[in-house]
Amino acid sequence: MIEIKNVSKWYGNFQVLTDCTTRINKGDVVVVCGPSGSGKSTLIKTVNALEPIQQGDIVVDGVSISDKKTNLPKLRSRVGMVFQHFELFPHLSITDNLTLAQIKVLGRGKDEAIKRGMKMLDRVGLSAQKDKFPGQLSGGQQQRVAIARALSMDPIVMLFDEPTSALDPEMVGEVLDVMVGLAQEGMTMMCVTHEMGFAKRVSNKVIFMDAGKIVEDCSKDDFFGNPDARSPRAKEFLSKILQH
Amino acid sequence: MALNLDFSFLTSDVIRSNLVATFEYSIQLTAVAALGGTALGTLIALMRLSSVRWLQRIATVYVDLLRSIPLVMVILWFYLLIPASFYSMIAGSFGENHRPEFAAVITFTFFEAAYYSEIMRAGIQSVPRGQSYAGYAVGMTYAQCMRLVVLPQAFRNMLPVLLTQTVVLFQDTSLVYAIGASDWLKGFQTVGNLFNRPAEMYLFAALGYFVVSFSLSMLVRRLQSRIQIIR
Repeated sequence: MIEIKNVSKWYGNFQVLTDCTTRINKGDVVVVCGPSGSGKSTLIKTVNALEPIQQGDIVVDGVSISDKKTNLPKLRSRVGMVFQHFELFPHLSITDNLTLAQIKVLGRGKDEAIKRGMKMLDRVGLSAQKDKFPGQLSGGQQQRVAIARALSMDPIVMLFDEPTSALDPEMVGEVLDVMVGLAQEGMTMMCVTHEMGFAKRVSNKVIFMDAGKIVEDCSKDDFFGNPDARSPRAKEFLSKILQH
Repeated sequence: MALNLDFSFLTSDVIRSNLVATFEYSIQLTAVAALGGTALGTLIALMRLSSVRWLQRIATVYVDLLRSIPLVMVILWFYLLIPASFYSMIAGSFGENHRPEFAAVITFTFFEAAYYSEIMRAGIQSVPRGQSYAGYAVGMTYAQCMRLVVLPQAFRNMLPVLLTQTVVLFQDTSLVYAIGASDWLKGFQTVGNLFNRPAEMYLFAALGYFVVSFSLSMLVRRLQSRIQIIR
């Protein structure tokens, strides 16, 4: 479903991604982890071309993002994305947040958009908040609304860019619960996260990045179950993160 | 020397025939220039922030140029340079006899656009980059993302500054005396000349401009606390 082929990216002279190659199949739940500054967030943003790449190519559901003829807005409308800082539209109510893109991008009617949006809001357990504004909700609630907003577009894949990193510890659980539910339903997901518990529980593949390179790209069982076969950098990371 | 002030000539008839229509014109001039200037200014701000080099250039030159020339001169030059045929074509309700009034509207719109564009540029930059990402991520085009996500927040963030600039604009409209347009100040002057009481009328004019400007400023202050977006 997503093929990342020899992707390299530079900010000026600084290379942030070096020759990254991997693929994500339909139904996969892929966790991308690694130390900060390793390029995980950049990599996930290249998948829907929010960040341009200078070399290589990414093909999403048969559509190449570097092809000049590709309609990027249309491609992005089929790829759901959840951000570290939620990025709900603060000037719009929760309902409008959920329906805006459905109406303006997908061309759905208002009633249909509201119906779909409310279904997704109900799914993340926040129906009661539909008339509030984002600023009136807690971080965890905002992130659940952001997930509902992405789901309202009926995406073929969901990208999560550190969805729990900006949350208070006690709100991490409610967001992870929604993500686990999605994974169990068979949604194709790519998640940049430090939540190793989540990775162990629902992922089937782990990508470990360091210094802009994909260092490990293996099944979850290999990654966590067979540490001796891992690269030194991944071993070091795992030993630090799994100690506690 | 005692200042002998005498306001007895100021009857309601005098006020009605000299200070009402001219006041309306000054307000109209301010309103049109504020709205038109904000619209044009937003466009210029978008050009300046775009990644297209030559658009950036045009916008920068426009802003720098207009902000470096005294307003009175801009008013004079626009008045002299806008061809007569343009008036007859567009001026419609203004008519051939009201060339200065019409020229002033055009001038102020274009002049203020330079200032409003800088405000809007700051406003657009005040919206976090993640908001554009979120807009693009749900499939919006650049135009949709700007119109639906970024600009509404930029306007809201900048509304107090935009209105403050409009208060300044209102005061600046009095500079149309340079081309003899019949604005509010001209109304005061006319009465002053008519009764040979210029001192009284200039005092009265100052009071008038003060009351309007000060009320607007108070309004801005009250708005400021009410419209902030909860984040």
